[in-house]
Amino acid sequence: MKHLVMIGNGMAGIRVIEEILQQNREMYQITIFGAEPHPNYNRIKLSNVLQGDTTIDDIIMNEWDWYRENNIDLHVNEAIVQIDTNNKQVISEKGTIVSYDELLIATGSSSFILPIPGADKDGVTGFRDIKDCETMIKVAEKYKKAVVIGGGLLGLEAARGLLNLGMEASVVHLAPHLMERQLDSTAGAMLKNELEAQGMKFFMEKQTAEILGEERVTGLRFTDGSEIEADLIVMAVGIKANTQVAQNTDIIVNRGIVVNDFMETNIPNVYAVGECAEHREVTYGLVAPLYEQAKVLAAKLTGNEVDGYEGSIVGTQLKVAGVDLFSAGEIDEDDRTKSIKIHNDFDGVYKKILIRDNRIAGIVLYGDTSDGQKLFRMLLKREDLTGMTSTQILHTPCGGGGGGEDVASMPDDELVCGCNGVTKKTIVDAITTNELTTVDEVGGCTNAGRSCGRCKDLVGDILAYTLGDSFDKNAATKKTLCGCTTLDREEVVAEIQEKGLNSTKEVMYVLGWKNEEGCSKCRPALNYLLGMLNPTEYIDESNSRLVNEKMHANIQKDGTYSVIPRMYGGVTTAEDLKKIGEVAEKYDVPLVKLTGGQRIGLFGVKKDDLLPIWEELDMPSGYAYGKTLRTVKTCVGKTFCRYGTQDSMSLGIELEKKFERLDTPHKFKMGVSACPRNCAESGIKDIGFVGVDGGWEIYVAGNGGTDLRAGDLLCTVKTEEEALEMTSVFLQYYRETANYLERTSHWVERIGLENIKEAIADPETRKQLVERLEVTLTRYTEPWKEALENKEIQEKFYKNRQIKVEVN
Amino acid sequence: MNALKIPVKVATYEELVPQVGQPVLINDKPIALFKVTSGEVYAIEDKSPHPKGGVLSEGLVSGHYVFCPVYDWKISLADGLVQAPDEGKVQTYKVEVRDGDVYVSL
Repeated sequence: MKHLVMIGNGMAGIRVIEEILQQNREMYQITIFGAEPHPNYNRIKLSNVLQGDTTIDDIIMNEWDWYRENNIDLHVNEAIVQIDTNNKQVISEKGTIVSYDELLIATGSSSFILPIPGADKDGVTGFRDIKDCETMIKVAEKYKKAVVIGGGLLGLEAARGLLNLGMEASVVHLAPHLMERQLDSTAGAMLKNELEAQGMKFFMEKQTAEILGEERVTGLRFTDGSEIEADLIVMAVGIKANTQVAQNTDIIVNRGIVVNDFMETNIPNVYAVGECAEHREVTYGLVAPLYEQAKVLAAKLTGNEVDGYEGSIVGTQLKVAGVDLFSAGEIDEDDRTKSIKIHNDFDGVYKKILIRDNRIAGIVLYGDTSDGQKLFRMLLKREDLTGMTSTQILHTPCGGGGGGEDVASMPDDELVCGCNGVTKKTIVDAITTNELTTVDEVGGCTNAGRSCGRCKDLVGDILAYTLGDSFDKNAATKKTLCGCTTLDREEVVAEIQEKGLNSTKEVMYVLGWKNEEGCSKCRPALNYLLGMLNPTEYIDESNSRLVNEKMHANIQKDGTYSVIPRMYGGVTTAEDLKKIGEVAEKYDVPLVKLTGGQRIGLFGVKKDDLLPIWEELDMPSGYAYGKTLRTVKTCVGKTFCRYGTQDSMSLGIELEKKFERLDTPHKFKMGVSACPRNCAESGIKDIGFVGVDGGWEIYVAGNGGTDLRAGDLLCTVKTEEEALEMTSVFLQYYRETANYLERTSHWVERIGLENIKEAIADPETRKQLVERLEVTLTRYTEPWKEALENKEIQEKFYKNRQIKVEVN
Repeated sequence: MNALKIPVKVATYEELVPQVGQPVLINDKPIALFKVTSGEVYAIEDKSPHPKGGVLSEGLVSGHYVFCPVYDWKISLADGLVQAPDEGKVQTYKVEVRDGDVYVSL
């Protein structure tokens, strides 16, 4: 095996390694030196981290395990200080000497720090790595005033982040308008207005002369003599390639390490890739060109034929909420360019297309970037515009949804889904090879339309165009049960009833499922539907339930479980509390916490401890994991509270005892409050009761989760019996008509509250709903007890095997 | 390298239940063992390749695939490949069934 050594542990370099491993795992033994203490992370997302949209953990692209699994010898926190090209060795700052057969330099770039007095003071930082990010987050905890030097892409993203961190953010910029390398003055001014509205301050056409302060920065002075205060200064004037490592070698360095079209330096067996490399006098700072370089180099290093890298034209977007802009190519007119301009100040939309010799030479879009990908492709392809009208050039296929003709004229490599980078050809190929017929299926195969969903109409058009006569618009947009079938819920239910189907296997076989044993979407759904339709005959299939319902415990991301015993109405006893405490202590449970639903949860329980814990608790399962009645939350009520008008605890306990364990399309939460002060939060429950003088108000379809929704008043009843009856009616109607995994809030929105009221208005219908529910309730047994008594269940689901083998 | 090349007996064929994953810890290495409906037995690493991956032995089994219980990735038991639109691969291990016993080679 040859030894490949890489200096640098960032996105471009790691992409090369990934490509090499994909082509040939046996070719190289790989050693990587990284100056930072982290594994490879997504540097582009640093501004999202700063803006609080994501965390540092979430931007890690290659976990430590990845390096281990690929037998990569990784040295982090260890920069290479010298390359000895004669003896083919590298030497690290810690004195490690490693020989190489091939050497890859991928050291990236760093923020350009202006060489002005005071630039070394505390509180001055660049914006290029996790450390810079952490510095800013930390400073923001103590200090108020931030100044960003540089009103380009990075500077503005940093400033937005600092605003999100609660700082006052000012931007100092040398040019008369922002992002002058990407925007013209009109778009620059629109951007400035928007950012000012977001709270940013600007000092335009100002040059910084000196950073003020003692140890720590206190402000800065401009060349015109004026001064501003600052507790933090972020330098975002540009980046410079990290080329120090090539110093004192014969490797040619200009602005970056100079490479040819195959990323080779002038020294044999030494390559450079990414932001540290200079190719045809250009260094790049955006990810797309770096990935193109990586592909070429990986092919080269694995001995595969490849066309050389010829440079890239890059498009730019700004990652700031509320700002939609795209820019590529040239910015400003000269006497040989003509331009198409649209400036709609009222809507805040500006579009400029620069045309040179009948070809697009530059694009600036602000406020509406939907044409961006199409125009960018025309620019890259140098498409001849002769004979096209300006509206044709600006016409976007996305919004129109015009059908066949537009799609036919669309080139294969045009991006359809910009979010996930899916082209027309990828979609057409997926449709033909996998015989896809619906938009959802295309999404499942290609990811198209799965992020923002704006391109779904266009995907539908491509389906129509590809399938021709066999295309069925209704079918294509129909919400099928899952990708395994073309039937929707209503059709499946009708077939089950008509043909008397009684197992998931039977349904999938008789109804021609594409995957013989279904998938993680349809198996749980069918298991639910069969149990709902044939409560007395259908035998529940644990194998068709997802892990939590199968194990009767909630799986955590590390493979441990939570145990939450039933506590009817949130009411407990001293004796039960003692038992829970003893169990928690005995089994060394890492976390004991009150849950949002008024229960006590034991978190981080090892799988092996589940059965003994259940046995010692000797309490029923709280079903905190299921698509079923979760908890009935209650307030103290009139028993103790001076405001209470009703006995909320009594009703809550009765509800929970009656409906516990019932399977529902999605989780179902209840709340009972004894007065309109609503301490049990009945207004955001699937069904909630509010005690009033002489009765109960019943609210339905409230939701306190992702889609916050206040409950609707279904009716008012006088007695507890009526409240219980109405709950049965509502629950059963929901069970019979909602889609699987549809919460009551979405179901009520879809069906309409008035329609539901009308459907359950007839006393005879209500009686039948209650009867069907009563029959269903006889289906269930206590699952923890069952697991403890049934050896077969224990063997099947709760057994861990451990095998020790002597290693020689 | 301390990889085991010798086959290790992990279970009897009979005791494995079709469509139910069985976790096996071989010298601290978590393996998930699956018997599928058609009778084959597969062994894969018991961890989804999702960056925050779940325990695959608890996943729902369909044909020759398992669904990650935490992120719902569909993973082939035969070659370990994550199915589109997601990407990735889990380590697979060679399984032999001899005289009613199941052996896994790490």
